[in-house]
Amino acid sequence: MASEDTVKLLGFWASPFSRRVEWALKLKGVDYEYVEEDIFNKSSLLLELNPVHKKVPVLVHHQKVISESYVILEYIDETWKQSPLLLPQDPHERAKARFWARFGEEKLLLASSGAMWSLGEEKERLLKLAIEAMEKIEEEIKGKEFFGGESIGYLDVALGWISYWLPVWEEVGSIQILDPLTFPATTSWAKNFLNHPIIKDNLPPRQKMIPYFHERSKFFSSLPPGWIKI
Amino acid sequence: MADEVVLLDFWPSMFGMRVRIALAEKGIKYQYKEEDLRHKSELLLKMNPVHKQIPLLIHNGKPVCESLIIVQYIDEVWNHKSPLLPSDPYQRAHARFWADFVDRKVYGVGRKLWATKGEEQEAAKKEFLEIYKTLESELGEKPYFGGETFGFVDLSFVTFYSWFYVYENFGKFSMEAEFPQIVAWVKRCMQKESIANTLPDQKKIYEFVLKLKKIFGLE
Repeated sequence: MASEDTVKLLGFWASPFSRRVEWALKLKGVDYEYVEEDIFNKSSLLLELNPVHKKVPVLVHHQKVISESYVILEYIDETWKQSPLLLPQDPHERAKARFWARFGEEKLLLASSGAMWSLGEEKERLLKLAIEAMEKIEEEIKGKEFFGGESIGYLDVALGWISYWLPVWEEVGSIQILDPLTFPATTSWAKNFLNHPIIKDNLPPRQKMIPYFHERSKFFSSLPPGWIKI
Repeated sequence: MADEVVLLDFWPSMFGMRVRIALAEKGIKYQYKEEDLRHKSELLLKMNPVHKQIPLLIHNGKPVCESLIIVQYIDEVWNHKSPLLPSDPYQRAHARFWADFVDRKVYGVGRKLWATKGEEQEAAKKEFLEIYKTLESELGEKPYFGGETFGFVDLSFVTFYSWFYVYENFGKFSMEAEFPQIVAWVKRCMQKESIANTLPDQKKIYEFVLKLKKIFGLE
């Protein structure tokens, strides 16, 4: 019985994608076994569980395997129906939450991390795209404490990386995207998000993140240009 | 109060086709508005200011964007018949994973296949064959990606069938020879009225691409 209920999560300490799954599990009060994966030396377990993408996070529940963090978030919400409900109940609000989660990933995250490690003209181009994307996020959060309304929800968890990973990327890349004067609503949301009891106890150490992303930046900027798809 | 459903779309779009099939499966009456993507309508720009893209569903005045998000919305609102997603959370997760795979991999590589030349096109062809091989392997011996019945993954992928002739022509290969399971699956899907009545003729799509290549100087 206990083994059937076992929830296992393969993750990587610095990954915002596996972290958001942890936030969801902890918000729901679901016990899980965390397995740290060395993504630079992928285990045979990871390759077996996620042969298509070979990436973390991977959730294993009742021996069933689920990958892709947004897919996992919805699985968590549908399987553990206790509060907090991550996704809104209203279909139109759900569609909006899914839309903005996708937007955050495809437009803001890619551009921000790209702006961190790229150089010269490419850096300028990605920085501009990131700021344009942030403008749209700012419009969405205006007048709300959380994207979910009065309490944390799916979209807060999906965009939570903005509150903690983005400032690290800004420092490593010597860029500014989340300017508090230009984006006061998002800045305020980020503070609220980080102060949430579940979130604040579940963040990777900043002093480890800075050198890690410096290393990653060096690696990415050494690659031939043009592979970033944005 | 009668539902007012409007779909802003572009006839060759495999993303738009997904929504058309979903609406047909559910028997929903809607108003179809063809968009000229070089002269986008006020309505499109107002209702989808972020991406300014089709397909766009407007239900009782409220916009829903992104084809797979629209399909899930349709499934949730009109939940009385023809479920598009399974009810079991794991089956749903499995369906979402593969639909996401189709979304992220299939369109891009197809486009590169007809829009590029030389080495770039060769690389695109190699990638194309790998991606379709993965899909063929996922389909396996099942009648549909969804198992016994047509589902979300089938819906997300079947619309590319209307573009197969384009891919075969520019990639210089035969879909049937390379991917017999996928072709058998497509033929099975085409027996459904909602699909057969929605997908444009492959030759029409091919002519459209020829025109597009001329316009963008990609010949």
